[in-house]
Order: sequence, then structure tokens, then C-alpha cells
Amino acid sequence: MKRYLYYPGCSLRGTGKAYEESLLAVFKALDVELEELEDWNCCGATAYMAIDEMNAFALAGRNLALAEKKKLDLLAPCSACYLVLNKAQRYIKEYPKVAKLLDHGFKAAGLTYTGTTKVRHPLDILINDIGLDEIKARVKRPLAGLKVAPYYGCQIVRPYATFDLTYYPVSMDKLLRAVGAEIVDYPLKTRCCGGSQKGTLPEVGLSLIHILLKEAGRRGAQVVSTICPLCQFNLDAFQDEAGKKYGEVSRPVVYFTQLLGLAFGFSAKELGLERNIVSAKRVLVKFEPVAA
Amino acid sequence: MAVKRMIKYEVERDPQFAGWVAGVIGGERVRNCIQCGLCSASCPLSPYMDYTPRRLIHMAREGFKRDVLGSFTIWLCTSCYSCTVECPRRIRVTDVMYALKRRAIEDGVYPKRFPIPVLASEFGAMIRRKGRVTESWLILRVFLKTAIIRLLGMSKLGSKLFFSGRMGLVPESIRDRKQLQTLLDAVETHKEVAA
Repeated sequence: MKRYLYYPGCSLRGTGKAYEESLLAVFKALDVELEELEDWNCCGATAYMAIDEMNAFALAGRNLALAEKKKLDLLAPCSACYLVLNKAQRYIKEYPKVAKLLDHGFKAAGLTYTGTTKVRHPLDILINDIGLDEIKARVKRPLAGLKVAPYYGCQIVRPYATFDLTYYPVSMDKLLRAVGAEIVDYPLKTRCCGGSQKGTLPEVGLSLIHILLKEAGRRGAQVVSTICPLCQFNLDAFQDEAGKKYGEVSRPVVYFTQLLGLAFGFSAKELGLERNIVSAKRVLVKFEPVAA
Repeated sequence: MAVKRMIKYEVERDPQFAGWVAGVIGGERVRNCIQCGLCSASCPLSPYMDYTPRRLIHMAREGFKRDVLGSFTIWLCTSCYSCTVECPRRIRVTDVMYALKRRAIEDGVYPKRFPIPVLASEFGAMIRRKGRVTESWLILRVFLKTAIIRLLGMSKLGSKLFFSGRMGLVPESIRDRKQLQTLLDAVETHKEVAA
């Protein structure tokens, strides 16, 4: 049985709850054991770097140090966490001044870190450790005829293309195709959703959200599949507002793990699909298990 | 219509600032910039910027400190890393943007009540206290400090999120807050010693 350390991050315990629910369900169905990293702290996301650079590395560093003790790969499903942890690890190696300062901090806090922690993304683990054959073998209800726009957003393949292509990633495409879905060509798949701009500069954020949804519709997608809690939140929760301002866009936005989970036979409730603001029921109901 | 000089004079440069920019993490190769504009072309936010990333990088490395730190550009950057990936001279533009944000906050020159620095500092304070972020409280605090009116407009969405279980009000926290604070404080202290 494969085992990984699991780093949920703050969003998967808040707005991105459904990501955690569906991710855990999918990994369990694939006989993968996840052990939550004990006493993990916030990775610092994109905001902390704008306040204090060295402490931003230290925040990520504590998690890397806690994980290193366990000698297991660290699974980070949230895009911001995945990037920040990866980046901290690289900069500690690359910049001696970062390493030196963190060493002082680690020593004072009773931590050690030698740089060996491997930070992994669920897409990477599903494609490279588990494999498409294994995933195909678990399918109970293929997502036949479902047209999906695969939306990766930033930070997963940018700036570090660790397991997929920077300009046109395909790992999620392959996974969803393996469970029977039809993938539409979606050239905006790595374009930024605006991050927290919707909260801080609403008209800017709304326009970025609208562009992504409109293009998904133009390409014939019935549903947008995301891998990031902030992308999902933006495209789901502000879809109505974006539509009112820039023209209607009606498209449910779900996590790729929710689609995999449906194909594996889990119910909408088990996968957190009922937490969506824009209901996915109309599009996905035919793939849900029939109540006994 | 006010007439304004549209070019900059060399005397307005701050060479010290230019040197600082070339010394920040990610800015090492900033002098190699060939002004090709791939950063601006790939930036999804550049349509909203007062200076596109290409112009901002040029102004920053030449030392036009006031214009650079006072620009909207640095606050519009969402750190999507498009520019960093595109740059043929391997300048880490995103990291330079981060450095400029920090400097603007340090120097207190960002637009007042501008929500982005407020978000950053509320976020930072919450992590220092608790080790984790509780999104519902973070959003609430930022709106209380910047745009109370808009908070009312969002009550419908807020209640939807609450009832779907996506806005928990129980604050998240780590167990060993002391360890985290010791770590952050030690890094802070040694940073001052090193400087």
C-alpha cells in the first residue's frame, strides 16, 4: 500500500472543504494511505511573501522540517501550498543567505531540516505513482459524454514544471479521459483566475473570472474542472456576479477529484458536490449512484 | 487639461534604489533585461496596470523609486509567474514584484486604505497568532478595515457559503504556537544582525 504525508493547507479546511472530501475519497478507493502532517502550519500562500520574505520561507520551512522527520513524500493539493513549499525548498538550496537565516531559526525552535522533503501534487501521484491503468480499473460509472474544460490555473506548472508541461499541461486531461470524460481544448487552462483580486479589486477580478468561464462555454464544456481551491472559489462563488456584469456565463465548476470520485461510484454528497454555489446537479446527476 | 512632462530626467534617479533592486532575491539579472516585453504580453493583469511589467522593471532598475513604489502595478500582480516563465533573460519578475511590495509597505507609500496591503498584513498577523488562517475571519477583518459597505452587499453569498459549510467560524490554530513564534522571531532577529 502506498503511503504519503498529507498537507491539507488552510483552504481545504475552509472554502475548499469539498476538495479535501473528494481527494480523500479518491485516494481511499485507490488504496493509498494518507497520514496528516502533525501540527502543520499555514504555508504563507502568496500574501506572506509581500510582508516578510525570510519569515515566509521560515513558515514553509517549518512544514518541510516536520515532514522530513517522517521520511515520506508530502502531498500538497492546494496550488499555493504546492508552489510555496516547493519554492522554499529550492531557495533554501539556491540562496545561502536564506539557508543561513533559517538555520538560526530552526535551531532556536528545536527543528532540523536537511533539504530532502519531496513535495508532491495529487496529479503527479495519480499519474506517475498510481498510473492510468489502475485508475481505469476502478471506474464503476464512466463519465461518458461529459464535456470538461480542464483548468489548471497558475502555480502548479509555473514557475516549476516538475511533472507536467508549463505551457499546456495534460495530466488532468489524461486522468479525466481515463474515467471516460471528453476533454475540450481549453487554451486558457493555465491563465490566472485573479487570485485574491476579486476581494481587493472587484472589477478586475470579475473580468478575469468572466474570461475563463466564457471561453469554457465557447469551447463547449459542460463543466469546468479545477485543481485549486482559490480558482474553484472564484469561478464558482462569483460566477453570478461576473455574469451580471459582463454577460451570462453559466457553468458548474468542480474539483477534478470530484469527477474522478463520481466515476469511482461515490455519491455527490460524499464528494462535497452539494457545497457548490453554482449547482452541478443538472450536468452530473446522470453519473450519480442510483439510491437503493 | 493639465500638461505634464512625459519623460523622465536622469537627475530624478535614485542610484541607491537601483542597486537595491539588483540585489533582491530574484533581481540578480535585472540589468540583463532587453525590454522585449514578453512579461507584459503574458501578464493577465497588465491591461489594468499604470506601468506594464516591462516598463516597471526598467524604471526600477534605473532607480525611479517614487514612481515604482507608488504604482498600482505592484499591487495588481497576483504572482501567477507567467512573466518569470517567459523571461528570456531569466529575471524572476514575480520575485522582484514581491520585493517592491515589501519595500512599499516598509516605506509606507502604498495608497491608503488600499485593500491589498491590508489583506497582506491581516493575513500575516493571523498566521503569527494562530499558525493557520481561518478564511471567514480573514475576509471579515479585511472588509471591516477597508470597505464595510461592500460587506453588506456580500451577505447573500456569505450566508450561502456558511450554510454549505464552506465558511466555518471556529478559528483554526496549530498546537505548538510557541515553536512557530520562536522560529519566526529567531529569523527576524538574525536578519537584523546580518543587515
